[in-house]
Parts: sequence; structure tokens; C-alpha cells
Amino acid sequence: MIISIASGKGGTGKTTVSTNLALSIGSGVQLFDCDVEEPNVHLFLHPALHKKEPVNAPVPRIDLEKCTFCKKCMNICRFGALAVLKKNVLVFDNLCHSCGGCLEICPEAAVTEKDRSIGDIEHGTVNGISFIHGRLSIGHVMVPPIIKKVRSYTDPNLITIIDSPPGTSCPVIAAMKKADFVLLVTEPTPFGLHDLKLAVETVNILKIPCGLAINRVGIGNDEVNRYAKKENIPVLMEIPFDKRIAQIYSRGEMIIDNMPEYKEKFLDLFKKIVQIVEKKEGRK
Amino acid sequence: MRELVILSGKGGTGKTSITAAFASLAQNMVLCDADVDAADLHLILRPDFKKTMEFKGGHEAVIKKALCTQCGRCIEVCRFEAVRDTFEIDPIDCEGCGVCVDLCPEKAIDFPETVCGEWYISDTRFGPMVHARLGIAQENSGKLVSLIRDEAKKLAAKNNLDLILTDGPPGIGCPVIASIGQATAILIVAEPTVSGIHDMERVGQLLKHFNIPAMVCINKYDLNPEQTQKIEDLAQKANITVLGRVSFDQTFTEAMIQAKTIFEYSHDSQASREVRQIWDKVLSLPAFNAPVTQILKHL
Repeated sequence: MIISIASGKGGTGKTTVSTNLALSIGSGVQLFDCDVEEPNVHLFLHPALHKKEPVNAPVPRIDLEKCTFCKKCMNICRFGALAVLKKNVLVFDNLCHSCGGCLEICPEAAVTEKDRSIGDIEHGTVNGISFIHGRLSIGHVMVPPIIKKVRSYTDPNLITIIDSPPGTSCPVIAAMKKADFVLLVTEPTPFGLHDLKLAVETVNILKIPCGLAINRVGIGNDEVNRYAKKENIPVLMEIPFDKRIAQIYSRGEMIIDNMPEYKEKFLDLFKKIVQIVEKKEGRK
Repeated sequence: MRELVILSGKGGTGKTSITAAFASLAQNMVLCDADVDAADLHLILRPDFKKTMEFKGGHEAVIKKALCTQCGRCIEVCRFEAVRDTFEIDPIDCEGCGVCVDLCPEKAIDFPETVCGEWYISDTRFGPMVHARLGIAQENSGKLVSLIRDEAKKLAAKNNLDLILTDGPPGIGCPVIASIGQATAILIVAEPTVSGIHDMERVGQLLKHFNIPAMVCINKYDLNPEQTQKIEDLAQKANITVLGRVSFDQTFTEAMIQAKTIFEYSHDSQASREVRQIWDKVLSLPAFNAPVTQILKHL
């Protein structure tokens, strides 16, 4: 079973919920940190990392001996990554989407591909949980291939928990796609509600059942609960606003270690998710 | 023309609340919300929409069933696994590369331009604002960010305004890179948590990579004074100017609920005094006080 933990707005508590949920369930869980621009899970779980793999994206290289400067590669490239000059071809690696069009179209077989590193992934374990995170290299932009690489290690016999990036565009889609359930973490403020609505639209496009975890209850107003009721989205967990929790988080510690009563609450959350996925109820 | 871009790396550190607070203090300014994925600045500024434009950011391949012979060439060449066995293209997976369009032997694939979002020019009580909404599950957020920053510059030039205040997106990826090029200065809003520090360091490295000077302020500093000190030490080592600290203050949320900036909500809360000091420091930066001739050259 794959559970993606997401939110439109950043900083609502995705990582708090994914790490505490994973640790509460314990063995049989794999936890993927797919917020590859800013991965944070490792700061809280301190997994023993045992393997690092580069993530590469192929970019074209032109054999000028074979090239007739026909410009077909430049014309097929929608991303402006190739410029054919009179006697040279410029390749802008940063603009390349690795679609392979230039390689396919070249009549002279003058295009080959070279791997370019865009980031890496690391494997580790902690408390019987297997952990993988991806990390985008500084200055790079190709986020979805790194998320795909992390998710290629999905084991169907395990519970897969995915900590997703914020937002609603391609990185989020890559982290949510083919999940059995999306848990949206939000906060009861106007920003939280506005971005929650966007996240719900995203989940709806992918036709995945979802539910809410509302964090920092008491800090704002009850508009999020009213929206959830109106839209028939189940509220599966509420975490009160508590400065102690904020401080525990600030130190990189786990709620369930400091406030053990929360372990039961996270297990209860998990139980509710399983029920929804098995009965195919919840909101699609 | 000067542009201050507010970033954070980590989401939810208070970028938008602080941008809105600055809007209360700034003069002769255009606002720009570059967090096109999940724009929130309008929730405080309640803009009066003057102009709505479509954002056409890309193309999407569509198979014309009548012409398709199901030869499978498109499935073979698509690296994004967007072509289904039924010879339909999933728009969510389609990258818009057009390789299938060009290589289909029957020319059976259309490639219409897609509307990926909208962008707006609005009026607010603090000045004009350029903002946008990227469509759900769309790509090209970087292109849209570049577009609205350009429009904000044009608007500023047209109205003789000399400052742009840009609320940036979280992360370090393509929309962030599109937010920082040619900015006069970048202010990182950090929070004193292990993740806040980690993410600030990553965005700091990104700015260094592109050779853009950075400043930092620490929001909710009293949540963990030790971590706050750590941020300031790290910033100093990384050549990031520390502009100050802002207290953890619930008036930010209370003001947000009333669609007000913290200055409109309560003029002398602890946080508003601290934000004012940070703003004064921003204004005294050398980059913000280049002689007029240099500013003209920049235009």
C-alpha cells in the first residue's frame, strides 16, 4: 500500500506526520523522502545510510565529424537546448528535458547521449524501517526523474509512505501518482485552507482517495473543518497547536518519543487510512 | 529599478506574511507573487483584478484516432511513458516534447498549445501587483515566474515606480531559479528548526552558485534561540548578511485571518517592531542606494 503525505502549502507538517507515522507503525514500512529539493526526513530519523546512487539524465553530444548541420535536431527540440551554427552545434544541458528527440531524428547518427548527474539518492534503515531519500543537485531543475528513481524501489509487500514536496505542479504529481491514498496535511489558517483546496484539486485529477490531518489546531479558525465537511473529506487526525510540539520539531526530535501518547494517535490514523483504502470509501 | 526577492528554501517559514508586512512599509512599489504553484499573497492584499491573461506555456500531444494505424512508434519513442496501450496520451504524463508528433509516420498526432494557467495585473491598497495561478498538475512554473517578473518590471517602469517586492516560491528548483536572476537582493526567511537550517543552507548554496548576494532574517526566533544562533553563525560563514530576528507572534495569524498585514492589525506588536527594523536595514543596503545614474543604467 502506498500512502503519499502531501500539502499545497509548505511548512504545514508533512515531514512531522510522515516520520511519526512511519515510526509508530515500525517494521514493514518503507519511508521515501520525495521532497528532493529540500529533503528533511533524515534530520529527524538519523537513518544509518549504507548506499548512495547517482541519478543521471541523458543529454546529447554531437559528433561534428558526422554532423551535416541539417538542423533537424534543433527543430525537433521544443526546449531550445540545441543551436546549430554554421560549423558547430551548441548544446545547453540545462535546458534539455532528455526526451531523446534529437537522437531519434538525426539522419547521420551524429547524436549520442551522455549521462549528466542531476542528483543522488541514498538508502538507509532506522528501527526496522527502510528509508530512501532523493536530493536534487544545487542549480539543477530536473526533479521528477529523481522522485521516479526513489519510487522505483517500491516494495508491494511493504507499506510505502511518501513525504511529498509542497505545491501542485510536476514534482507533486510525481510523488502522488499511483498512490493508494493521499493524506493532506494542512493548518487552520487562510493560507492553509487556500492551498488545501489546490491540493484537493490535484488529488482529484489523479483520482486518489484522500483525507486530512489538521496540524496546529487552535491557531486560526475553523474554516478548514467547514470546508472538509462540505466537501465530504474525512478529517483523520488533528494535532493541537502546542508550543512544546513546535520546540520538539525545532530540535529535530520526534513527537512520539517526547509525548508517547501520540504513538496511539498515529496508529489510529494508520488504521483509518487502511480502512478507507480497503473499503475503497473516502473521497475520490 | 530595484527588486527584493523573498525566499526561504523550506515552506511555511513566513515568506508571505513578511512580504505583506514589507508592503505596508514600502513606497513606490510593485508587488509580485512568484509562488505561482500556491500563491497566497492575494489573501492578505485582496487585489482588485484589472487584467486577466492566459498563460500558454507549452504543448500537449493528442492522437487523432481516425488517422492512427496503431503502429506503436509513439509508444517506442516516448520516454515519459505517456502513451497508453489504447493509443491515448495521458496529458499528466506528457512532457510536451513533441517527439511523437514529429516521428509519427501517419502524421496522426496533433500538438495544440495548452493554457497552463493565468496571470493577473491588479491594484492593491499598497500599489499595483502582478500575480498568477499555474494550472493544477501543470509544468512550466519557471516560465510563468519569469513572465510575471518581467511584467512587474514593465509595470514599474510604466508607472515610475522604482521598487519590486517579490514573494518567492519554496524549494531550490526551477521556479526558484526563475525568481532570482537579476534580482537586486535576496532575503531568506529562515526558521530556527533543524529543517529550517538545512533548507536555508541549500538555498544559500543555490544563490552562491549563481553568484547572487543573500541576506537572512530568522522568523519565530524565540522558538529555539540556540538554533537561531546557529543560523546566524552559519550565515556569517557563508557570507550571508544577517538582518535580524522576528519573534514568534500569533498576531501574524490573527492579521492573516482579517486579511491585514501585521502593521494594519496592530501597530506596535513585538513582531511589527522587529520587521520594521529589518525593513530599515534592507533600505540602507548599498545595493538599494545606488546613485540614480546607475539605476538608470540598470533600466
